[in-house]
Amino acid sequence: MNGNLHSVELDFERTAALENAQQDSMFRLDYRFELQRREFFKLLGGGLLVGVCVSSLAQESGRKGRPSEDNLPTSLSAWLHVAEDGKVTVYTGKVEVGQNIRTSLSQQVAEELRSPIESIQLVMGDTALCPFDMGTFGSRTTPNMGPRLRNVAATAREQLITIAAERWRVSRDTLVASDGKILDPRSRKSISYGELSRGQELVTVIPDDPPLEAPKDWKVAGTAAPKVDGRTFVTGEHKYTPDTTRPGMLVGKVVRPSAFKASLVSLDSAEASKIPGVAVVRDGNFVGVVAPDEPSAVRAVRAIHAEWKAPAQSSDATLFSDLRKRTSEPGETYGMNPSHVVGSVEQGLANADKTLSQTYTVAYIAHAPLEPRAALAEWNNGKLTVWTGTQRPFAVRDDLAETFHVSPENVRVIVPDTGSAYGGKHVGDAAVEAARLARAAGKPVRVVWTREEEFTWAYFRPAGVIDVKSGVRKDGTVVAWQFDNYNSGPSAISTPYNIPNQKIEFHASDSPLRQGSYRGLAATANHFARETHMDELAHIVRMDPLEFRLKNLNDPRLAAVFQAAAEKFGWGREKGTPTRGFGIAGGVEKGGYIATCAEVEIDPARRDVAVRRIVAAFECGAIVNPDGLRNQVAGAAAQGLGGGLFEAIGFDDGKITNPHFADYRVPRFTDVPKIEVVLLDRKDLPPAGAGETPIVGTAPAVGNAIFAATRIRLRSMPLVPRGLPKSS
Amino acid sequence: MSLALLVNGIEHKVDPAPDQSLLSVLRDNLNLTGTKYGCGEGQCGACTVLLNSRPVRSCRTLASFAAGKPITTIEGLEQNGRLHPVQEAFLKLEAFECGYCTSGMIMSAVALLKQNHSPTDSQVREFMNGNVCRCCTYPRILEAVRLASTRASAGSGEQAR
Ligand code: FES
Ligand code: FES
Repeated sequence: MNGNLHSVELDFERTAALENAQQDSMFRLDYRFELQRREFFKLLGGGLLVGVCVSSLAQESGRKGRPSEDNLPTSLSAWLHVAEDGKVTVYTGKVEVGQNIRTSLSQQVAEELRSPIESIQLVMGDTALCPFDMGTFGSRTTPNMGPRLRNVAATAREQLITIAAERWRVSRDTLVASDGKILDPRSRKSISYGELSRGQELVTVIPDDPPLEAPKDWKVAGTAAPKVDGRTFVTGEHKYTPDTTRPGMLVGKVVRPSAFKASLVSLDSAEASKIPGVAVVRDGNFVGVVAPDEPSAVRAVRAIHAEWKAPAQSSDATLFSDLRKRTSEPGETYGMNPSHVVGSVEQGLANADKTLSQTYTVAYIAHAPLEPRAALAEWNNGKLTVWTGTQRPFAVRDDLAETFHVSPENVRVIVPDTGSAYGGKHVGDAAVEAARLARAAGKPVRVVWTREEEFTWAYFRPAGVIDVKSGVRKDGTVVAWQFDNYNSGPSAISTPYNIPNQKIEFHASDSPLRQGSYRGLAATANHFARETHMDELAHIVRMDPLEFRLKNLNDPRLAAVFQAAAEKFGWGREKGTPTRGFGIAGGVEKGGYIATCAEVEIDPARRDVAVRRIVAAFECGAIVNPDGLRNQVAGAAAQGLGGGLFEAIGFDDGKITNPHFADYRVPRFTDVPKIEVVLLDRKDLPPAGAGETPIVGTAPAVGNAIFAATRIRLRSMPLVPRGLPKSS
Repeated sequence: MSLALLVNGIEHKVDPAPDQSLLSVLRDNLNLTGTKYGCGEGQCGACTVLLNSRPVRSCRTLASFAAGKPITTIEGLEQNGRLHPVQEAFLKLEAFECGYCTSGMIMSAVALLKQNHSPTDSQVREFMNGNVCRCCTYPRILEAVRLASTRASAGSGEQAR
């Protein structure tokens, strides 16, 4: 079972590509939806049910007559139920991890359905109730799930109008939907949605693309609606996975190997087994305990003597040369184009007035979500139910099914709204552990990782090495750009600047540590290298960094955020000093445009850098919830300070050397300055996601500000893990 | 080991293990799960509760040490269906994203405002530096503490309890 325990994490780009492929052509069976229509209503009570599925399938089923008569199609991606009491329940496989989609999706449903937001409940991330979903990552919720839910809600509204028109024998064009009711303005009659749904068992499946309300006409969406269940967070009432219990539940803990890749040589658990109520479970390299309570579980783990054998492993001291050495041939690049070539870099370099060649590095960092990985598993007659905080409930379900040789319909994964993830909760390690222990114990078992386990056994944001070689003309035109990224990933690898000669390559490496998705992932590394290098070029040609960027840019959306950030910041108004510097950086990723300005203060005696001010300008099309968006942008910009300034995972010979908050420094109150967010609302453009992109501008803006003050150019992230170095 | 814990004004008889933390007793024995585990190392503040009106890290406090002393947890702030001004301010400004740090943040802020009705921003930062918000909602939390403190000092109804 150990093989499955650490199932290989799919790189985000690859899963996103798969997600797209899935939407385009194939679809995956969703066993739950082989339900008979009658059964369905037995489950829900009568009412109205509207599902949305990919267009081609809806059409196809359309040809075969009315598919919804008997079986529901298997390709639904979301559905909405209007119950006979007027309650609206929306089922989506997306999960809430603090990005506020429970609220923003509810708003969009309320908007189209014209029903108060309080009447709407979202059931999220429950594999038994929600249609299949690839997962919540890659900033896909807003661009994909938002429009889908708006579609189902709009369809339900139109149906309710039709039912009312039939009932009143009036033309449907005369009727208006508003506030959970259909009104006939002429006769002043009104009827509630609940009443209209009564006695109905109406199923509709719609394609993905009916007409929708234009963002400029939004009334509920587009406003700062308060978080729908906000109160439960300030009262401590909300139950995260570690707060969830089941009758008879035991506490589970895993006995961790001495190092990565270790195998178990011998195990002495006699003493542990003597602790009342404790059982020790061994299966291959997996060793765990179950106990009636936390203290006994901790004692049991301590009492176990396990001997492990691990191969010699590398350390962080040689990380960057290792990543270069262990690289694969181009081509093995997660299905992306291995390289991107425009013009001829050689010629561009030859024609340049100045050339520059530099290397940038980024360290492994940990997600360190404050809610550690956790799961509660319960077996019942061969069926498994697991509560766990994950971004990919269906993938975890399948992983559990495979690991325990049961069919996926016998596994149910339920995701309570989770204490954040930042890309760190794509896999179900804790779920597998809890399920293994629960099966042995014959009772529900909850496993909550300790902070040290979090820092050690989770996966990391990839480390990387990036080489940039460029050429620039005296007038500031960049004419050659070669960019080689080793290991940190291909997203946002291409340059948004208008450069005639480019060669951009991603080289996958054999990573010494387990690595995976992260908020912003490779975009952070690629922006750090690119925007630092651009700053270096600006300096070489003695141009203002903002002016230099604008000169090489012909993407108006990116130029607009640069200008907006600069204006708010007062860019160029003041000159820096050796103790005070200003920096700027920006870019495009996942449909969002970010520009960040930073001001730093240097304490030369203590070699200390303090970030004093950040202005982030962001544009992601039409804004769904400006208040939520502001929170996301500010939070991401601030979180970027951690990886930017001091976060780095240390490792040596298969062990993490700083697996505690005491020695892995994360941003705290005193690190986070005033953050001003400027939002550009493009009501003419479809909304894009915003959970990730705003993080990418922080590190290069701060690094460039440090240079502006000190002339010390820092090319490694984190920039100042041990304070400001004496020189670059 | 039998103890009496005075939590949110109610006395509970509990029987913890000698090495059991206050956090574990609150969560596992008393089912008061609003107080969170974030590190167990005294480094994140997610487990903050008030002991004798002072903020303590309940993960690093033995249950036995807390016996007999008044303990306030997040569940004890609301009175007669009315949120505490600090809770209200957090809710009003939505000073959280995932909310996992929120209980600890609120408890620390309550403790601070008890000692100092109108702290400056830098006093808030210093006092609350032991509370980690990994979502980095710090600027809003700061604003919420400011809002709660102006409300409390403006005497608009309740004082910070
Ligand atoms: S859980 Fe107590 S300080 Fe982190
Ligand atoms: S809101 Fe997520 S940790 Fe603070």
